[in-house]
Amino acid sequence: MEMPAPNLNVLSKKAELILRLSGVLPKDALIHEEAETRVYECDALSAYRCPPLLAVLPSTTEQVSGVLKICNELGVPIVPRGAGTSLAGGALPTADSVILGVARMNDVIEIDYDNRFVRVQSGRTNLSVTGAVEEREFFYAPDPSSQLACAIAGNIAMNSGGAHCLKYGVTTNNLLGVTMVMMDGEIVEIGGAHLDAAGLDLLGLVCGSEGQLGVVTEATLRILRKPEGARPVLVGYDSNEVAGQCVSDIIKAGVLPVAIEFMDRPCIRATEAFAKPGYPDCEALLIIEVEGAEEEIEEQLALIKEIALRHNPVELREAKDADQAARIWLGRKSAFGAMGQINDYMCLDGTIPVSQLPYVLRRITELSQEYGLAVGNVFHAGDGNMHPLILYNANTPGDLEKCEAMGADILRLCVEVGGCLTGEHGVGIEKRELMLDQYEPVDLEAQMMVKDVFDPQWLLNPAKVFPLNASAARRSAAR
Amino acid sequence: MMKPETEAELAETITATEEPLWVKGGATRGVVCRGTALDTGALAGVSLYEPDALTLVAKAGTKVSQIEALLAIEGQRLAFEPMDHRGLLGSSGDPSIGGVVAGNISGPRRIQVGACRDFLLGVRFVNGSGEIVKNGGRVMKNVTGYDLVKLMAGSFGTLGVLTEVSLKVMPKPETQATVLVHGLSIEKAQRAMSVALTSPFDVTGAAHLSSGSAEKPVTMIRIEGFDASVAYRAKQLSAVLGEMGPVTLETDAAAVGAIWRGVRDVEAFHDKRGDVWRISCKPSEAPLLAGKFEADSLVFDWGGGLIWALVEEGTDLRAKFGAFGGHATLVRASTEAVDLLGRFQPEPKGVATLSRALRQKFDPRGILNAGLMG
Repeated sequence: MEMPAPNLNVLSKKAELILRLSGVLPKDALIHEEAETRVYECDALSAYRCPPLLAVLPSTTEQVSGVLKICNELGVPIVPRGAGTSLAGGALPTADSVILGVARMNDVIEIDYDNRFVRVQSGRTNLSVTGAVEEREFFYAPDPSSQLACAIAGNIAMNSGGAHCLKYGVTTNNLLGVTMVMMDGEIVEIGGAHLDAAGLDLLGLVCGSEGQLGVVTEATLRILRKPEGARPVLVGYDSNEVAGQCVSDIIKAGVLPVAIEFMDRPCIRATEAFAKPGYPDCEALLIIEVEGAEEEIEEQLALIKEIALRHNPVELREAKDADQAARIWLGRKSAFGAMGQINDYMCLDGTIPVSQLPYVLRRITELSQEYGLAVGNVFHAGDGNMHPLILYNANTPGDLEKCEAMGADILRLCVEVGGCLTGEHGVGIEKRELMLDQYEPVDLEAQMMVKDVFDPQWLLNPAKVFPLNASAARRSAAR
Repeated sequence: MMKPETEAELAETITATEEPLWVKGGATRGVVCRGTALDTGALAGVSLYEPDALTLVAKAGTKVSQIEALLAIEGQRLAFEPMDHRGLLGSSGDPSIGGVVAGNISGPRRIQVGACRDFLLGVRFVNGSGEIVKNGGRVMKNVTGYDLVKLMAGSFGTLGVLTEVSLKVMPKPETQATVLVHGLSIEKAQRAMSVALTSPFDVTGAAHLSSGSAEKPVTMIRIEGFDASVAYRAKQLSAVLGEMGPVTLETDAAAVGAIWRGVRDVEAFHDKRGDVWRISCKPSEAPLLAGKFEADSLVFDWGGGLIWALVEEGTDLRAKFGAFGGHATLVRASTEAVDLLGRFQPEPKGVATLSRALRQKFDPRGILNAGLMG
């Protein structure tokens, strides 16, 4: 994956930059020793690494504003960083960039149960937002699998999803307002505790813009009362097609489970060996969870079981208690870890129309044979959000490149059947060059015009999202 | 009037024009702009409907009624419950799906499931330079590039003319019921709605009419789902809300439907004189805001987060509120009043600057619904 060559002019300003930034930041918030900047050299797409010029760890919106103002004046690129859990390289630095980490900004500012929102600093982790409102039985709905570590800032940047999005939506559907610092240091308030925008929906535009429009420092998030209960069932089938048909039939029947997860045989076997959840050895496995009052759970599960049995499952297992529910989820939750035990892996997140599921799985198997790389599939089936995990060996020369080529083929396949390149991880650097497979140049131009408005010098996370060729003129004009 | 038959023809029309254009779908929502009328009505038809993928794609000029009829066959619906403005505005014609999206038109269920923008999966539009642009797609989860889909929802045609929209549709529930609490003051009604919305009972509507049937105030809480579950939740909510005032329960499907259609379309104001304002605010601030002006009638939706006010003609509600965390839109008034006060609340400087710059980029000549949003 190519990254633009560092701007030598910026590199030569390091001393001046340190001097000026030390005027707006506490001493311990400015990191410039090479041994220390190395901590920020990559995110969860760890195949790519590059230490930044500097890293800053501000603790207030005003400090962020001060940093951005200085970097804007000196023409220094900024790479915003939440918790560094991006799978797409969204927080990968360049050698001439300043990493702006929001990890120290993790306070809860306001909890308002009556109006059902919480306001937090953006460095707070996803799970600890729920942690702050749990005592009154509330929760924050989006639940990316990295929720223990990932920050709200990154969730907003990537418009993160999770297993329970089928019912509750993704970040953008649960975000009410933000405080955002523009590249020139101006602080803007977008949205608030009310439900809809007064004018253009800038909040919707900022969410998912991968840190390219501004640095979000505070967020107002919708919180919901927890349902009375939840219960999963596990259903195993001997073919992917039949499992896919079962998912279709459930949705068509008018039941809307909170989650429908799908695992294929390679994944089932790997998790069984790793976490021993006691899964049946079959071709495809569904975990379907419903929630609500006991009456509601019973009623929905009865319908789901009836549909599932119609398709002759090799196994159907309903959780009788919390312990059994945890066992059903155990394998799914350890799937990535299990695949990681076998080898290095690359995780994609292309999304497809649900009806194309069997065809896409078949094509992935064929691609796996062509490339000679094993693939396991574990994904959110209800909304068509695939997660093919391609196994490769980082120590074998050429394996990473082969894996990336195969990944690109799978993503093109997703687009071809009417889907998209990324459902929840974002484009980052990983899918940047594939954007023209999904969009025409004029479509990308419309998006880049938006960046022109928010960040005229293209200093915020500049080498991401758009193909390098497409953004080259804009990035170099700014120099 | 111009009425292009295809997206390509629309693009040519916009490229060729030198006049401002008034973009209109069904023209039922009271938005009138200067310039030549550009009617999207001929860009019509459902191009894809996959009930088991909960997805529908339609040309922007497609009638809402046609889409709803098609969904009903499969027991599905537009869950965001788009309002029909005809009764309130005395307009005629057929609302189009493009108009729904352009206005981000939502109804009472917005409080629980989200607004039109939350169900919008993809758009195609022609911008002010005559370029055909697409964004998003037809799948449930899509973070590929910037979300112009959200930006287009609620942009009232000022960034581009929608030609096609993809929507997430939802199954219709088996049963619905409404718990009614009678005679509450606005303060108590707001409390009651908050209690319902913070309960675990999955409320899909929370509204209050200052003068409901027989001119008495009534607070209404809607629940939907499977039979046994609705019965259970109705019982629980009736017990909790019963502590705040006398409670009745409506379970007749037609009656429940009529109640919420009434809230959605603000039927309480139909055929009544006066200006109509729509105020979006933090729900708990609704009683305070409502206390700042004289109203002939008030409808509170979204647990108080949406106030509909019927006031004397020419009243400037924004002046009475001063700065507050929300905004007030003038939905029905004389042309003079709209010209004088502006339909939309002026935005804070930072946001206004960004919005203006975005409009300038998407419509450099300023010809699409010119002046409508500032």
